[in-house]
Amino acid sequence: MALPQKASTPIFADAPAGTLRLIVYLALAAVLMVLDHRNGWLQRVRYATAAAIVPIYKLAAAPADWIHDAKTAFTSHTQLVDDNRALREALLLSEARLNRMQAVSQQNTRLKQLLDTQRQLDMHAQLAHLINVQLDPNHDRVMLNIGANEGVRVGQVVIDAHGVMGQVIETMPHASVAMLIIDPAHAVPVMLDRTGLRGIAHGTGNSAQLLVPNLPLSADVKPGDKLVTSGLGGRFPAGFPVGTVTAVERGPSGLFQQALVRPAAQLDHSGEVLLLHDLPEPVGPPAPAPQVGPPDALAPAATKAAPATSKSAGAVP
Amino acid sequence: MNRIRTQAWAFGASIVLALLLTLMPLPAPIMPLKPYWPALVLIYWSLESTDHVSIGLAFLIGIVADLLNGALLGDQALRLAVLTFIVLRYRSRIRFFPMWQQASAVWLLLLNNHVLQALIRAFAGDSPLPALSWLAPAAGAVIWPFVFLLLDDVNTRLRGKAARSA
Repeated sequence: MALPQKASTPIFADAPAGTLRLIVYLALAAVLMVLDHRNGWLQRVRYATAAAIVPIYKLAAAPADWIHDAKTAFTSHTQLVDDNRALREALLLSEARLNRMQAVSQQNTRLKQLLDTQRQLDMHAQLAHLINVQLDPNHDRVMLNIGANEGVRVGQVVIDAHGVMGQVIETMPHASVAMLIIDPAHAVPVMLDRTGLRGIAHGTGNSAQLLVPNLPLSADVKPGDKLVTSGLGGRFPAGFPVGTVTAVERGPSGLFQQALVRPAAQLDHSGEVLLLHDLPEPVGPPAPAPQVGPPDALAPAATKAAPATSKSAGAVP
Repeated sequence: MNRIRTQAWAFGASIVLALLLTLMPLPAPIMPLKPYWPALVLIYWSLESTDHVSIGLAFLIGIVADLLNGALLGDQALRLAVLTFIVLRYRSRIRFFPMWQQASAVWLLLLNNHVLQALIRAFAGDSPLPALSWLAPAAGAVIWPFVFLLLDDVNTRLRGKAARSA
Protein backbone atom coordinates (compact mmCIF):
# COMPACT_ATOMS: atom_id res chain seq x y z
CA MET A 1 0.00 0.00 0.00
CA ALA A 2 1.27 3.39 -0.87
CA LEU A 3 1.83 6.01 1.78
CA PRO A 4 -0.22 9.16 1.38
CA GLN A 5 1.72 11.97 -0.25
CA LYS A 6 1.55 14.22 2.80
CA ALA A 7 3.28 11.81 5.15
CA SER A 8 6.53 11.82 3.20
CA THR A 9 9.28 14.01 4.62
CA PRO A 10 9.48 17.17 2.56
CA ILE A 11 13.04 17.35 1.32
CA PHE A 12 12.42 20.75 -0.25
CA ALA A 13 9.93 22.29 2.12
CA ASP A 14 7.76 25.03 0.61
CA ALA A 15 10.52 25.87 -1.83
CA PRO A 16 8.65 28.22 -4.20
CA ALA A 17 7.40 30.49 -1.42
CA GLY A 18 10.88 30.60 0.11
CA THR A 19 12.48 31.49 -3.21
CA LEU A 20 10.01 34.30 -3.79
CA ARG A 21 10.68 35.68 -0.32
CA LEU A 22 14.43 35.43 -0.86
CA ILE A 23 14.17 37.40 -4.10
CA VAL A 24 12.14 40.11 -2.34
CA TYR A 25 14.74 40.42 0.43
CA LEU A 26 17.65 40.39 -2.03
CA ALA A 27 16.01 43.22 -3.96
CA LEU A 28 15.41 45.13 -0.73
CA ALA A 29 19.04 44.67 0.34
CA ALA A 30 20.28 45.78 -3.10
CA VAL A 31 18.10 48.91 -2.98
CA LEU A 32 19.36 49.70 0.55
CA MET A 33 22.99 49.25 -0.51
CA VAL A 34 22.65 51.49 -3.56
CA LEU A 35 20.82 54.20 -1.60
CA ASP A 36 23.37 54.03 1.21
CA HIS A 37 26.28 54.13 -1.21
CA ARG A 38 24.84 57.18 -2.98
CA ASN A 39 23.47 59.17 -0.05
CA GLY A 40 25.38 57.98 3.02
CA TRP A 41 22.21 56.90 4.82
CA LEU A 42 24.05 54.60 7.16
CA GLN A 43 25.99 57.41 8.80
CA ARG A 44 22.82 59.43 9.38
CA VAL A 45 21.04 56.40 10.87
CA ARG A 46 24.10 55.67 13.01
CA TYR A 47 24.18 59.29 14.18
CA ALA A 48 20.50 59.10 15.16
CA THR A 49 20.82 55.77 16.96
CA ALA A 50 24.21 56.53 18.53
CA ALA A 51 22.66 56.58 22.02
CA ALA A 52 21.92 52.88 21.58
CA ILE A 53 24.97 51.92 19.52
CA VAL A 54 27.82 53.45 21.51
CA PRO A 55 27.04 51.52 24.76
CA ILE A 56 27.18 48.32 22.69
CA TYR A 57 30.68 49.28 21.53
CA LYS A 58 31.71 49.97 25.12
CA LEU A 59 30.31 46.57 26.13
CA ALA A 60 32.18 44.81 23.33
CA ALA A 61 35.38 46.64 24.26
CA ALA A 62 35.09 45.73 27.94
CA PRO A 63 36.85 42.31 27.88
CA ALA A 64 39.85 43.70 26.01
CA ASP A 65 40.01 46.57 28.53
CA TRP A 66 39.89 44.11 31.41
CA ILE A 67 42.78 42.15 29.93
CA HIS A 68 44.71 45.41 29.54
CA ASP A 69 43.93 46.42 33.15
CA ALA A 70 44.95 43.01 34.44
CA LYS A 71 48.23 43.28 32.53
CA THR A 72 48.86 46.68 34.13
CA ALA A 73 47.96 45.36 37.58
CA PHE A 74 50.37 42.45 37.32
CA THR A 75 53.27 44.35 35.77
CA SER A 76 56.30 43.79 37.94
CA HIS A 77 57.69 46.58 40.09
CA THR A 78 61.08 46.52 38.36
CA GLN A 79 59.45 46.98 35.00
CA LEU A 80 57.51 49.97 36.28
CA VAL A 81 60.73 51.48 37.62
CA ASP A 82 62.42 50.89 34.27
CA ASP A 83 59.50 52.42 32.40
CA ASN A 84 59.52 55.39 34.72
CA ARG A 85 63.22 55.98 34.19
CA ALA A 86 62.88 55.69 30.43
CA LEU A 87 59.95 58.13 30.44
CA ARG A 88 61.86 60.62 32.61
CA GLU A 89 64.80 60.52 30.23
CA ALA A 90 62.50 61.00 27.27
CA LEU A 91 60.79 63.92 29.02
CA LEU A 92 64.11 65.56 29.83
CA LEU A 93 65.23 65.22 26.23
CA SER A 94 61.94 66.59 24.92
CA GLU A 95 62.07 69.53 27.33
CA ALA A 96 65.60 70.40 26.30
CA ARG A 97 64.55 70.23 22.69
CA LEU A 98 61.43 72.27 23.43
CA ASN A 99 63.45 75.02 25.10
CA ARG A 100 65.61 75.31 22.03
CA MET A 101 62.51 75.24 19.83
CA GLN A 102 60.96 78.09 21.80
CA ALA A 103 63.81 80.40 20.86
CA VAL A 104 63.52 79.30 17.23
CA SER A 105 59.76 79.74 17.37
CA GLN A 106 60.07 83.31 18.66
CA GLN A 107 62.59 84.07 15.98
CA ASN A 108 60.21 82.54 13.47
CA THR A 109 57.33 84.71 14.69
CA ARG A 110 59.45 87.85 14.35
CA LEU A 111 60.55 86.92 10.86
CA LYS A 112 56.99 86.13 9.88
CA GLN A 113 55.83 89.50 11.17
CA LEU A 114 58.48 91.05 8.98
CA LEU A 115 57.19 89.04 6.03
CA ASP A 116 53.62 89.95 6.98
CA THR A 117 52.24 86.42 6.66
CA GLN A 118 49.21 85.13 8.52
CA ARG A 119 50.35 81.54 8.91
CA GLN A 120 50.20 80.03 12.36
CA LEU A 121 52.18 77.06 13.55
CA ASP A 122 50.23 76.83 16.82
CA MET A 123 48.73 73.44 17.39
CA HIS A 124 45.41 72.96 19.12
CA ALA A 125 44.95 69.33 19.96
CA GLN A 126 42.35 67.37 21.85
CA LEU A 127 43.09 64.13 23.65
CA ALA A 128 40.97 61.09 22.74
CA HIS A 129 40.98 57.47 23.79
CA LEU A 130 40.49 54.57 21.45
CA ILE A 131 37.48 52.35 22.08
CA ASN A 132 38.84 48.86 21.66
CA VAL A 133 36.44 47.42 19.07
CA GLN A 134 37.05 46.06 15.62
CA LEU A 135 34.43 47.55 13.34
CA ASP A 136 35.20 45.42 10.33
CA PRO A 137 38.19 43.09 10.03
CA ASN A 138 38.72 44.21 6.44
CA HIS A 139 38.71 47.95 7.05
CA ASP A 140 41.42 49.72 9.00
CA ARG A 141 39.31 51.94 11.18
CA VAL A 142 39.38 52.84 14.83
CA MET A 143 36.74 54.25 17.12
CA LEU A 144 37.42 57.25 19.37
CA ASN A 145 35.60 58.11 22.56
CA ILE A 146 34.79 61.74 21.72
CA GLY A 147 32.43 62.95 19.04
CA ALA A 148 30.48 65.83 17.55
CA ASN A 149 29.31 67.10 20.96
CA GLU A 150 32.95 67.47 22.02
CA GLY A 151 33.75 69.44 18.89
CA VAL A 152 35.07 66.69 16.63
CA ARG A 153 34.49 67.32 12.92
CA VAL A 154 34.87 65.05 9.92
CA GLY A 155 38.30 65.54 8.34
CA GLN A 156 40.23 66.23 11.54
CA VAL A 157 43.69 64.71 11.63
CA VAL A 158 44.50 62.03 14.22
CA ILE A 159 48.11 61.76 15.42
CA ASP A 160 49.94 59.96 18.18
CA ALA A 161 53.29 60.77 19.78
CA HIS A 162 55.20 59.30 16.84
CA GLY A 163 53.36 60.46 13.75
CA VAL A 164 50.19 60.72 11.70
CA MET A 165 47.61 57.99 12.36
CA GLY A 166 44.72 58.95 10.10
CA GLN A 167 41.67 61.17 9.87
CA VAL A 168 38.13 61.31 11.23
CA ILE A 169 35.60 60.02 8.69
CA GLU A 170 32.43 59.82 10.75
CA THR A 171 31.14 61.49 13.89
CA MET A 172 28.43 60.50 16.33
CA PRO A 173 27.35 62.59 19.34
CA HIS A 174 29.87 61.03 21.74
CA ALA A 175 32.06 58.86 19.52
CA SER A 176 33.76 59.11 16.16
CA VAL A 177 35.34 56.80 13.62
CA ALA A 178 38.78 57.45 12.14
CA MET A 179 40.30 55.87 9.05
CA LEU A 180 43.94 54.86 9.53
CA ILE A 181 46.59 55.80 7.00
CA ILE A 182 47.14 52.09 6.26
CA ASP A 183 43.58 51.66 4.92
CA PRO A 184 43.75 50.88 1.18
CA ALA A 185 41.28 53.71 0.57
CA HIS A 186 43.52 56.29 2.25
CA ALA A 187 46.33 58.45 0.88
CA VAL A 188 48.53 61.15 2.45
CA PRO A 189 50.53 63.75 0.52
CA VAL A 190 54.11 63.33 1.76
CA MET A 191 57.50 64.89 1.29
CA LEU A 192 60.93 63.35 1.68
CA ASP A 193 62.56 65.07 4.65
CA ARG A 194 66.06 64.94 3.18
CA THR A 195 65.49 66.05 -0.41
CA GLY A 196 62.02 67.61 -0.46
CA LEU A 197 60.81 65.11 -3.06
CA ARG A 198 57.02 64.94 -3.01
CA GLY A 199 54.79 61.91 -3.33
CA ILE A 200 51.58 60.34 -2.10
CA ALA A 201 51.63 57.55 0.49
CA HIS A 202 48.84 55.01 -0.04
CA GLY A 203 47.65 52.50 2.51
CA THR A 204 48.12 48.83 1.72
CA GLY A 205 45.89 47.20 4.35
CA ASN A 206 49.03 45.88 6.01
CA SER A 207 49.63 47.62 9.33
CA ALA A 208 53.39 47.72 8.79
CA GLN A 209 53.46 49.20 5.30
CA LEU A 210 52.59 52.21 3.19
CA LEU A 211 53.34 52.54 -0.49
CA VAL A 212 54.61 55.65 -2.30
CA PRO A 213 54.25 54.85 -6.01
CA ASN A 214 55.25 56.80 -9.11
CA LEU A 215 58.55 58.29 -8.00
CA PRO A 216 60.86 59.17 -10.91
CA LEU A 217 63.62 56.62 -11.55
CA SER A 218 66.18 59.38 -11.13
CA ALA A 219 64.81 60.43 -7.73
CA ASP A 220 67.17 60.16 -4.79
CA VAL A 221 65.36 57.86 -2.35
CA LYS A 222 66.99 55.29 -0.15
CA PRO A 223 66.02 53.09 2.79
CA GLY A 224 66.11 55.02 6.05
CA ASP A 225 64.78 58.28 4.58
CA LYS A 226 62.09 59.95 6.70
CA LEU A 227 58.77 61.03 5.22
CA VAL A 228 56.74 63.94 6.58
CA THR A 229 53.39 65.36 5.52
CA SER A 230 53.82 67.95 2.79
CA GLY A 231 50.72 69.99 3.56
CA LEU A 232 49.58 69.81 -0.06
CA GLY A 233 45.93 68.96 -0.55
CA GLY A 234 44.92 71.00 2.47
CA ARG A 235 43.89 68.13 4.73
CA PHE A 236 47.05 67.28 6.67
CA PRO A 237 49.13 70.13 8.10
CA ALA A 238 52.75 70.12 6.93
CA GLY A 239 55.65 68.65 8.87
CA PHE A 240 54.21 65.69 10.77
CA PRO A 241 56.20 62.44 10.50
CA VAL A 242 54.51 59.76 8.41
CA GLY A 243 57.10 56.98 8.24
CA THR A 244 60.51 55.68 7.26
CA VAL A 245 61.42 54.23 3.87
CA THR A 246 62.25 50.52 4.25
CA ALA A 247 62.79 49.54 0.63
CA VAL A 248 62.86 51.10 -2.83
CA GLU A 249 61.96 49.04 -5.90
CA ARG A 250 60.85 49.31 -9.52
CA GLY A 251 57.12 49.84 -9.95
CA PRO A 252 54.98 47.36 -11.89
CA SER A 253 55.29 49.43 -15.09
CA GLY A 254 59.09 49.63 -14.83
CA LEU A 255 58.98 53.35 -15.66
CA PHE A 256 58.83 54.57 -12.08
CA GLN A 257 60.17 53.45 -8.75
CA GLN A 258 58.14 53.00 -5.61
CA ALA A 259 59.07 53.22 -1.96
CA LEU A 260 57.79 50.94 0.80
CA VAL A 261 57.34 52.87 4.02
CA ARG A 262 56.97 51.76 7.63
CA PRO A 263 54.43 54.05 9.39
CA ALA A 264 55.87 56.15 12.20
CA ALA A 265 52.70 56.08 14.32
CA GLN A 266 52.11 53.02 16.48
CA LEU A 267 48.93 51.89 14.75
CA ASP A 268 48.64 48.54 16.54
CA HIS A 269 48.78 50.02 20.02
CA SER A 270 45.53 51.09 21.53
CA GLY A 271 45.64 54.05 23.86
CA GLU A 272 45.57 57.81 23.63
CA VAL A 273 45.64 59.81 20.43
CA LEU A 274 45.52 63.52 19.64
CA LEU A 275 42.96 65.14 17.38
CA LEU A 276 44.32 68.26 15.67
CA HIS A 277 41.92 71.17 15.76
CA ASP A 278 43.84 73.43 13.50
CA LEU A 279 42.75 72.87 9.97
CA PRO A 280 45.64 73.81 7.72
CA GLU A 281 45.58 77.09 5.88
CA PRO A 282 43.36 76.88 2.81
CA VAL A 283 45.10 76.47 -0.48
CA GLY A 284 44.68 79.33 -2.91
CA PRO A 285 45.79 82.88 -3.51
CA PRO A 286 46.42 85.00 -0.39
CA ALA A 287 43.65 87.29 0.83
CA PRO A 288 43.69 90.74 -0.86
CA ALA A 289 45.75 93.31 1.00
CA PRO A 290 43.67 95.79 3.03
CA GLN A 291 43.28 99.27 1.56
CA VAL A 292 46.04 101.47 2.91
CA GLY A 293 45.85 105.23 2.84
CA PRO A 294 44.22 108.22 4.51
CA PRO A 295 40.52 107.88 5.46
CA ASP A 296 37.85 109.05 3.05
CA ALA A 297 37.00 112.03 5.28
CA LEU A 298 40.36 113.57 4.53
CA ALA A 299 39.86 113.35 0.79
CA PRO A 300 40.12 116.72 -0.93
CA ALA A 301 36.85 118.49 -1.62
CA ALA A 302 37.40 118.55 -5.39
CA THR A 303 37.11 114.75 -5.67
CA LYS A 304 34.00 114.86 -3.50
CA ALA A 305 32.37 117.45 -5.67
CA ALA A 306 33.06 115.69 -8.94
CA PRO A 307 30.84 112.60 -8.38
CA ALA A 308 28.28 114.65 -6.46
CA THR A 309 25.48 113.27 -8.64
CA SER A 310 26.24 109.71 -7.57
CA LYS A 311 24.63 108.31 -4.43
CA SER A 312 27.90 107.36 -2.74
CA ALA A 313 28.80 111.01 -2.18
CA GLY A 314 25.96 111.41 0.28
CA ALA A 315 27.51 108.87 2.65
CA VAL A 316 30.49 111.08 3.42
CA PRO A 317 29.79 113.40 6.34
CA MET B 1 4.53 27.11 24.67
CA ASN B 2 6.89 27.53 27.57
CA ARG B 3 9.58 25.58 25.76
CA ILE B 4 9.29 27.76 22.70
CA ARG B 5 9.56 30.89 24.84
CA THR B 6 12.69 29.65 26.64
CA GLN B 7 14.18 28.73 23.29
CA ALA B 8 13.36 32.16 21.93
CA TRP B 9 15.30 33.71 24.83
CA ALA B 10 18.28 31.45 24.15
CA PHE B 11 18.08 32.35 20.46
CA GLY B 12 18.05 36.09 21.19
CA ALA B 13 20.89 35.84 23.69
CA SER B 14 23.08 33.84 21.32
CA ILE B 15 22.49 36.33 18.49
CA VAL B 16 23.39 39.27 20.75
CA LEU B 17 26.51 37.44 21.90
CA ALA B 18 27.48 36.71 18.28
CA LEU B 19 27.11 40.41 17.38
CA LEU B 20 29.28 41.40 20.36
CA LEU B 21 31.89 38.79 19.43
CA THR B 22 32.02 40.26 15.92
CA LEU B 23 32.97 43.64 17.40
CA MET B 24 35.55 42.28 19.82
CA PRO B 25 39.14 42.78 18.74
CA LEU B 26 41.48 39.84 18.23
CA PRO B 27 45.28 39.96 18.29
CA ALA B 28 46.51 41.42 15.00
CA PRO B 29 48.12 38.25 13.51
CA ILE B 30 44.90 36.18 13.68
CA MET B 31 42.54 39.07 12.96
CA PRO B 32 41.71 38.07 9.35
CA LEU B 33 40.76 34.57 10.58
CA LYS B 34 37.94 35.83 12.76
CA PRO B 35 34.95 33.55 12.09
CA TYR B 36 31.68 35.16 11.06
CA TRP B 37 29.81 34.51 14.30
CA PRO B 38 26.27 35.65 13.35
CA ALA B 39 26.35 33.18 10.43
CA LEU B 40 27.40 30.26 12.67
CA VAL B 41 24.68 31.01 15.22
CA LEU B 42 22.05 31.44 12.51
CA ILE B 43 23.06 28.11 10.91
CA TYR B 44 22.68 26.37 14.26
CA TRP B 45 19.24 27.79 14.95
CA SER B 46 17.92 27.15 11.45
CA LEU B 47 19.02 23.52 11.77
CA GLU B 48 17.62 23.24 15.27
CA SER B 49 14.08 24.47 14.71
CA THR B 50 12.06 26.37 12.15
CA ASP B 51 10.13 28.19 14.88
CA HIS B 52 12.57 31.05 15.24
CA VAL B 53 14.56 31.55 12.06
CA SER B 54 13.15 32.90 8.84
CA ILE B 55 14.73 34.75 5.95
CA GLY B 56 13.13 37.97 7.17
CA LEU B 57 14.62 37.62 10.65
CA ALA B 58 18.06 36.88 9.20
CA PHE B 59 17.66 40.03 7.10
CA LEU B 60 16.81 42.08 10.21
CA ILE B 61 19.78 40.68 12.14
CA GLY B 62 21.96 41.58 9.16
CA ILE B 63 20.65 45.16 9.22
CA VAL B 64 21.51 45.45 12.92
CA ALA B 65 24.99 44.01 12.25
CA ASP B 66 25.44 46.54 9.42
CA LEU B 67 24.47 49.38 11.74
CA LEU B 68 27.05 48.21 14.27
CA ASN B 69 29.86 47.64 11.78
CA GLY B 70 29.16 50.76 9.79
CA ALA B 71 30.48 49.56 6.45
CA LEU B 72 27.56 49.41 4.00
CA LEU B 73 23.89 49.22 4.96
CA GLY B 74 22.32 46.05 3.50
CA ASP B 75 25.55 44.13 2.93
CA GLN B 76 25.32 41.67 5.81
CA ALA B 77 21.51 41.67 5.53
CA LEU B 78 21.81 40.29 2.00
CA ARG B 79 24.46 37.75 2.92
CA LEU B 80 22.64 36.42 5.98
CA ALA B 81 19.35 36.20 4.04
CA VAL B 82 21.04 34.10 1.33
CA LEU B 83 22.76 31.91 3.93
CA THR B 84 19.53 31.27 5.85
CA PHE B 85 17.69 30.51 2.63
CA ILE B 86 20.22 27.83 1.67
CA VAL B 87 20.28 26.30 5.15
CA LEU B 88 16.48 26.19 5.42
CA ARG B 89 16.29 24.69 1.96
CA TYR B 90 18.69 21.82 2.72
CA ARG B 91 17.82 21.69 6.40
CA SER B 92 16.49 18.14 6.44
CA ARG B 93 19.71 16.84 4.89
CA ILE B 94 22.34 18.85 6.76
CA ARG B 95 20.62 18.10 10.09
CA PHE B 96 21.49 14.41 9.91
CA PHE B 97 24.98 14.72 8.48
CA PRO B 98 27.82 13.37 10.65
CA MET B 99 29.80 16.15 12.29
CA TRP B 100 32.68 16.29 9.78
CA GLN B 101 30.24 16.49 6.86
CA GLN B 102 28.28 19.18 8.65
CA ALA B 103 31.50 21.14 9.19
CA SER B 104 32.33 20.93 5.48
CA ALA B 105 28.81 22.08 4.66
CA VAL B 106 29.38 25.03 7.00
CA TRP B 107 32.68 25.71 5.23
CA LEU B 108 30.89 25.82 1.87
CA LEU B 109 28.19 28.11 3.28
CA LEU B 110 30.76 30.49 4.74
CA LEU B 111 32.80 30.38 1.54
CA ASN B 112 29.71 31.32 -0.45
CA ASN B 113 29.14 34.12 2.04
CA HIS B 114 32.70 35.30 1.54
CA VAL B 115 32.39 35.26 -2.26
CA LEU B 116 29.22 37.35 -1.95
CA GLN B 117 31.08 39.79 0.30
CA ALA B 118 33.90 40.08 -2.23
CA LEU B 119 31.35 40.72 -5.02
CA ILE B 120 29.51 43.38 -3.00
CA ARG B 121 32.78 45.10 -2.20
CA ALA B 122 33.77 45.04 -5.85
CA PHE B 123 30.44 46.63 -6.83
CA ALA B 124 30.77 49.26 -4.10
CA GLY B 125 34.22 50.18 -5.40
CA ASP B 126 35.94 49.08 -2.18
CA SER B 127 39.42 47.61 -2.04
CA PRO B 128 39.52 43.80 -2.52
CA LEU B 129 39.53 41.53 0.53
CA PRO B 130 42.99 40.70 1.89
CA ALA B 131 44.25 37.29 0.73
CA LEU B 132 44.47 35.90 4.24
CA SER B 133 40.77 36.56 4.87
CA TRP B 134 39.89 33.69 2.50
CA LEU B 135 40.97 31.39 5.32
CA ALA B 136 38.20 32.77 7.56
CA PRO B 137 35.55 30.32 6.26
CA ALA B 138 37.89 27.43 7.08
CA ALA B 139 38.39 28.85 10.58
CA GLY B 140 34.61 29.02 10.91
CA ALA B 141 34.29 25.36 9.83
CA VAL B 142 36.95 24.29 12.34
CA ILE B 143 35.15 26.09 15.14
CA TRP B 144 31.69 24.85 14.05
CA PRO B 145 31.66 21.55 16.06
CA PHE B 146 32.39 23.50 19.26
CA VAL B 147 29.72 26.11 18.54
CA PHE B 148 27.25 23.33 17.73
CA LEU B 149 28.01 21.30 20.86
CA LEU B 150 27.93 24.37 23.10
CA LEU B 151 24.62 25.70 21.76
CA ASP B 152 23.13 22.18 21.70
CA ASP B 153 24.12 21.64 25.32
CA VAL B 154 22.57 24.94 26.43
CA ASN B 155 19.48 24.15 24.41
CA THR B 156 19.06 20.67 25.92
CA ARG B 157 19.47 22.00 29.45
CA LEU B 158 16.94 24.75 28.87
CA ARG B 159 14.51 22.26 27.39
CA GLY B 160 14.91 19.96 30.39
CA LYS B 161 14.34 22.83 32.78
CA ALA B 162 11.29 24.02 30.86
CA ALA B 163 9.86 20.48 30.83
CA ARG B 164 10.37 20.13 34.58
CA SER B 165 8.83 23.47 35.42
CA ALA B 166 5.84 22.84 33.12
